[in-house]
Amino acid sequence: MALRNSSKPKKIGVVGVGSFGTAIANMLAEKSDVMVYARKEEVVAEINSVHMVAGRELNPGIQATSDPEKLCKICDILFFMVPSTGFLEAVRNFAPFLYPYHMIIHGTKGLALNLAPGENLDTVKKLKRSQILTMSEVILQETVAIRVGCLAGPNISKELILDQPAATVVASKYNEVILEGQRLLRSERFQVYGNSDIIGVELSGVLKNIIAIASGALAGLGLGENAKGLLISRGMVEMVHLSKALGGSVQSVMGLAGIGDLVTTCNSVDSRNFTVGFRLAKGESLDQILATMDEVAEGVNTVRIIDSFIKTVGIRAPITENLHRVLFEDLSIEDALQFLMKYPFSVDVDFV
Amino acid sequence: MYALSNDLPLGRAFFLSLRPFHNQHATLDENYIKHRYDPIIPSKEEWPVVKLARERKEFVKKVADLAESRVLGLTGKNPDILKEELETTLYREKLRIKQNPWAVDPDDESLFWNEVKTSLLQVNTDSSLDKAKRFQAYQEILHSITSRYAEEIASNFKASHYKFTRRVVTYGFSRLLNAARVKGFKSIFSNQYTLQDKIQITGQTDQIRDLATKGTIVMVPTHFSNLDSILIGWIISVLGMPPFIYGAGLNLFNISIFAYFMNALGAYKVDRRKKNLMYLETLKTYSKEAIQFGCHSLFFPGGTRSRSGMIESKLKLGLLSTAIEAQRANFQNGISDISGKIFIVPVTINYHFVLEAPGLIQEHLSLTGQERYYKENDEFSTSYKISKFLFKFFTKGSDISVSIGKAMDVLGNYVDQNGNSLDKRGRKIDTRDYFISDGKITVDQQREEEYTNMLGKRIVEEFHLINRVFSSHLVSFVAFEIIRSKNVKLDIFDLIRLPEEDIVIPFEEFKSICQMVLNRIFELKAQGKIDAAPHLSRPMDEIISHGIDNVGMYHAKRPLVRDKEGNIATEDMSLLYFYHNRLHGYGLEKLF
Repeated sequence: MALRNSSKPKKIGVVGVGSFGTAIANMLAEKSDVMVYARKEEVVAEINSVHMVAGRELNPGIQATSDPEKLCKICDILFFMVPSTGFLEAVRNFAPFLYPYHMIIHGTKGLALNLAPGENLDTVKKLKRSQILTMSEVILQETVAIRVGCLAGPNISKELILDQPAATVVASKYNEVILEGQRLLRSERFQVYGNSDIIGVELSGVLKNIIAIASGALAGLGLGENAKGLLISRGMVEMVHLSKALGGSVQSVMGLAGIGDLVTTCNSVDSRNFTVGFRLAKGESLDQILATMDEVAEGVNTVRIIDSFIKTVGIRAPITENLHRVLFEDLSIEDALQFLMKYPFSVDVDFV
Repeated sequence: MYALSNDLPLGRAFFLSLRPFHNQHATLDENYIKHRYDPIIPSKEEWPVVKLARERKEFVKKVADLAESRVLGLTGKNPDILKEELETTLYREKLRIKQNPWAVDPDDESLFWNEVKTSLLQVNTDSSLDKAKRFQAYQEILHSITSRYAEEIASNFKASHYKFTRRVVTYGFSRLLNAARVKGFKSIFSNQYTLQDKIQITGQTDQIRDLATKGTIVMVPTHFSNLDSILIGWIISVLGMPPFIYGAGLNLFNISIFAYFMNALGAYKVDRRKKNLMYLETLKTYSKEAIQFGCHSLFFPGGTRSRSGMIESKLKLGLLSTAIEAQRANFQNGISDISGKIFIVPVTINYHFVLEAPGLIQEHLSLTGQERYYKENDEFSTSYKISKFLFKFFTKGSDISVSIGKAMDVLGNYVDQNGNSLDKRGRKIDTRDYFISDGKITVDQQREEEYTNMLGKRIVEEFHLINRVFSSHLVSFVAFEIIRSKNVKLDIFDLIRLPEEDIVIPFEEFKSICQMVLNRIFELKAQGKIDAAPHLSRPMDEIISHGIDNVGMYHAKRPLVRDKEGNIATEDMSLLYFYHNRLHGYGLEKLF
């Protein structure tokens, strides 16, 4: 009996049942037994009884739990699909039950700060690279798991749920993590690429949110496709330089998680980042916009962190800097645009 | 001879201002407790290294066979790829024999490689051989090569030599020391000073001794001087541990004194001229198998001596990976308790003075960071020079301290007294789990490469934590950074070429900046990020005199001197740069 139990394949765990988490859980459930974690008991009960979460259907084979320890015991591979604001807390909840044999793949696009207790972005004058953590670095810092990977790419949950064709990148320093990710997720409608530059892939997914706000702003100003083409191209150059400064490679920005996701996000009028930019251009202030959004637009946070970082290390990133001035220093969006049009970008591409 | 003047207070004070200052009092007033450590394994028959020496023949054969199968695995058992590897190896070896022969090379080298050439030609031209036969023929040639390499690498440890060497080192040196320190003829028989007065051992000495009886130790020290090998050998024996085996550069065996010491201390030979696949695989196999055998090992993870004087920041990972492989192999063989556990122990060796510094820093500067081939050529070239250095060292002072770091598992987790790995929160974890996927231990070379990188980073971190700052490090760091900050437009090469006679730092300015940097060092020390020698808690004037007197004290041109007005000057900028580099990596330069 004990033998049979141990030879039974383990389940795949998914932490977080937001839109992306639900989509990934359903895709995983096509091939494997899946268990999801939700913090709230009533969500767990809903999933286990009617296989629904927040109006989205879950594969009936998927079980739910609110017990991190149970999930860690039942699953060797965990997908962390929680928003960046709750990421650190979720990881800390799981840390006591994670062991070095666990593999963790996350799908969260955001940055966290690694500051001393009592410090925050307003109190620190400088922000060094060591004080900025990507989500995989959060996992490495907080847990004993080291076989860590990430998912990134143009993966709009709504389209994934409709089973439309798409692709993603699984990035990890460990080939075995990439291979597991591909084995678990690949299907006729879902292509999975591998990349060993996990930092570069994570940064691509994070930095493109800045450009997405700018894209929304251009749309809000009523500008057309020429302007958008200009923005995407210059945005990509800025992403390359920022990613390099933070330890990513140029190639990753050129890939699916970089350009691929950038183009998708700059055109997706439903995205929160795009909406922030759009409403800014329509004359609302950041506070007004944030007051009416139920989830935080990640790009706003990213602009603050990156702006602080570039000032510390002394590099220029005109789009980020001007967005920062619009968001936090009362520069009007028209003036920011004027400034960017006059900025001496003399060379088109200077990194290849 | 001024070395004898130090028991006369007046004479001492007088000489202090002119000549190197003697550290004897400094050493004694530092609360350093001299331990006497009992041997952890009293019977030398039980020493792993002795057992290995007994089984040398079988062991060499095992290494040769395993190395052969590793090479076969890497060539995918494809006769054409194997042939290419054999031909490359042959070509490189012939080139080496012609262009860079060493005294230590065996006489039959040309003969052996000519035979390899003949056999290869025969197989290549024999059209009667089918694919399988051809492969078999190549495999035989491969076997002869790995057997030769394994035999060459294997150590010639002899317990009787070890005992003799240890006695010579300890007894001989302490005679010298006492003769020099305590005045008078009778002092030759005095026991007032021992080697342990000169060489302080600090840090986790009890832990390493304890774990050495339970599992297998891999010690990884920083490497600044050729003296390190002997020094570490001696430290290991003072700590009561059986000898460790270690890979010593074959070039050292060119020198007869070293060859004797090395063989006696359990060294196996690493020939850095040989970079071919077959040699490297044999070397790694040797190291891995010896660790699995239970032999405590020593790697200098920097590969060679630090040319720049900086603490190694990039490690050579080749041999380090064998510790991880051996650990995984032990788990695979079902040895999951502490007897199969491998402990990594970082060690820093701190000097005021590195004999080879002038040569090392010149090489560093001329290489400008690029790793290229260079001829091994240094001041440690003859037995005479070494003896002269040792005599100076023991008669004139210049302390050395050796800091033993906390033991870690092969993934860089600290371990508790029972050898259990602990995570950052102190929770017990099982190292075995790192090698498991899908419930089983798996062999994944790429994963182990990543683990090796991680371990390398952890070792560098630990080096910085246990590094012990000396007065000489402080003064050379401060002096160089002051000069740099006054010449911000110059790059390092122009700085080095500044005419020494033009450089003068006013003493008061120097002193106040020394204090500022020292304060920062103590802040870091309070956070556990660096260690500092006890002499740094003395008044700043004394620290500065002590530092200037000691920094590179035997070089013909001194890195730091005080001029007639008492201001700070240098006689050799590149040496100053070398000694300054010891404090690189702590962000202290940002204070300027």
